[in-house]
Amino acid sequence: MTGIIKQAFASFGKTGAGIIFLLVGGWVIFMIISPQLIALDYSFRPLLPLRDIGGPKDAYTLKNYITLMTNTLHRAVFFKTIWSSLLVTFLALCLCYPISYYLAKAARRSHVSLLMMCIIVPYWINELLRIFAWQLILSDAGILNQMLLWLQVINEPVNFRAGDTAVIMGMVYAYILFMVFPLYNAMESLDKNQIDGARDLGASWLRIHWKIVIPHAKPGMAVGCIMTFMLAAGSVAAPQLLGSPSSFWFTQIIYTNYETANWNLGTAYAEVLALLCLVFMFLMLKLFKVGLKEFVK
Amino acid sequence: MISSSRILGVMTGLYLLGFFTYLFLPLVFMSVVAFNQSDIPQAVPWNGFTFDWFVALFHDDRMWQAFGNSLIVAVSVVLISVPVGLSAAMVLTRLHCKAKNLLYALMVSPILVPGIVLGISTFLFWDSWFRISGGIWTAIMGQSTFISAYCMLLIMARAQRLDRTQEDAAFDLGAGHNRVFFKITLPFLKPAIISSAGLAFMQSFENYNTTLFAIGIQQTLPIYIGTQLRVFISPAMNALGVAFILVTIFGAVMYEILKRKERYR
Repeated sequence: MTGIIKQAFASFGKTGAGIIFLLVGGWVIFMIISPQLIALDYSFRPLLPLRDIGGPKDAYTLKNYITLMTNTLHRAVFFKTIWSSLLVTFLALCLCYPISYYLAKAARRSHVSLLMMCIIVPYWINELLRIFAWQLILSDAGILNQMLLWLQVINEPVNFRAGDTAVIMGMVYAYILFMVFPLYNAMESLDKNQIDGARDLGASWLRIHWKIVIPHAKPGMAVGCIMTFMLAAGSVAAPQLLGSPSSFWFTQIIYTNYETANWNLGTAYAEVLALLCLVFMFLMLKLFKVGLKEFVK
Repeated sequence: MISSSRILGVMTGLYLLGFFTYLFLPLVFMSVVAFNQSDIPQAVPWNGFTFDWFVALFHDDRMWQAFGNSLIVAVSVVLISVPVGLSAAMVLTRLHCKAKNLLYALMVSPILVPGIVLGISTFLFWDSWFRISGGIWTAIMGQSTFISAYCMLLIMARAQRLDRTQEDAAFDLGAGHNRVFFKITLPFLKPAIISSAGLAFMQSFENYNTTLFAIGIQQTLPIYIGTQLRVFISPAMNALGVAFILVTIFGAVMYEILKRKERYR
């Protein structure tokens, strides 16, 4: 510890080190660690009327976590959220891989910045409004139904919002940028000579991607998947705006508990959600054999 | 005979066309609805062109209040996150100790967990330790938790490329720590600091998940949009969408112009 302080004085001077430690310490202690500890504390306590708080009944319990497994609705929604978020992640990866490759290696330099701008610009528009745009397309009186009716493909409006289709489509749309950026960054550093070399030696298009581009893009794929999965599993807006009553999302259960002031259960579920995202992250880092350091790029 | 590269070219073209149509068509529909006279947001049937929804939006006091709150929150978040991110980047790039990897993991953790987790924990923390209930302050705190991490990553990426011999030379010539920082380190990091400030502002202004849980009964613009879209659906929200698009295009054009100017200088 003293070593660190000496290093800091040597690098930043006394005033500089003081300010830096104050800011970083304040962030880590008051914004990262303490709130999480408080939340964990809440999640392990039962929901009690005010007069019982601090009393003998106010003891640590696993009750809230057990409820997730015993309440069949909550359990079903939890597993559906995992499955659907995996699907969102996979679809986003498939959709964004080609565009990222095109931008990083195939496009002319002069086009790249313009195309990049075209991808970024929609993300300056509020997420809720971007998702709402899909409601206008997919609802009963929406554009897609109107068009299909007009073309006489269907006779009655199709309820696209039943089930999770609309929610999944909205999410893939909403989180494209978080997949494109890491993929593009990873692919950009690939030496184009490697691709040309492989092509000259007669490697097929598929083989070039499988043996050269994908291995090189692994860190980007890992980061993109981690971010997309986290955003999908933790999304509040997409299920709120595009979901039907039958397509509840895990975050909506948390929100309902929050609205009914059941902090303890809501917080326990939020912790489970956080844990889920961290587990997914470690699986991805293992699968793609990359370290956490990749996030710096 | 059609060569295979020609087919690949056509396929790429089609894919690009499809991709960008997918990206922009929903926004086009949303904009069209904003100009339709129909009371419910829909593009067809077309009931005639109108600016009514923009007028309605302009006279919506609660929207302006939410907008004001969003500005206050976003500016505060920038003022907190950029210095914190800069300091954290300095700690991680300059100091060396065993716990560094752990510290790094801890510092990036806020971007790896869903926003609602941060919102809930921030709300509970300020409520139970300081008896400050949810509002603008907790929204600022909750957002700064993860936005600081974004700023840190952006600044760190540039800080790693700083040629340290310049600083050493300045020290050898007798410059103090503050002087070296303000004359060498800070100017080098300036582009990253500016872009992290921009990113922080956008992230804050956009934020829904963390804010929804942290802010209690107050509203920022996204929270207001969320309530409007769930409860009283009106094309006025489409008008707001068009406003966002116009501001965005304006911003993008300004950015291009500034970049060109920089290049010709």
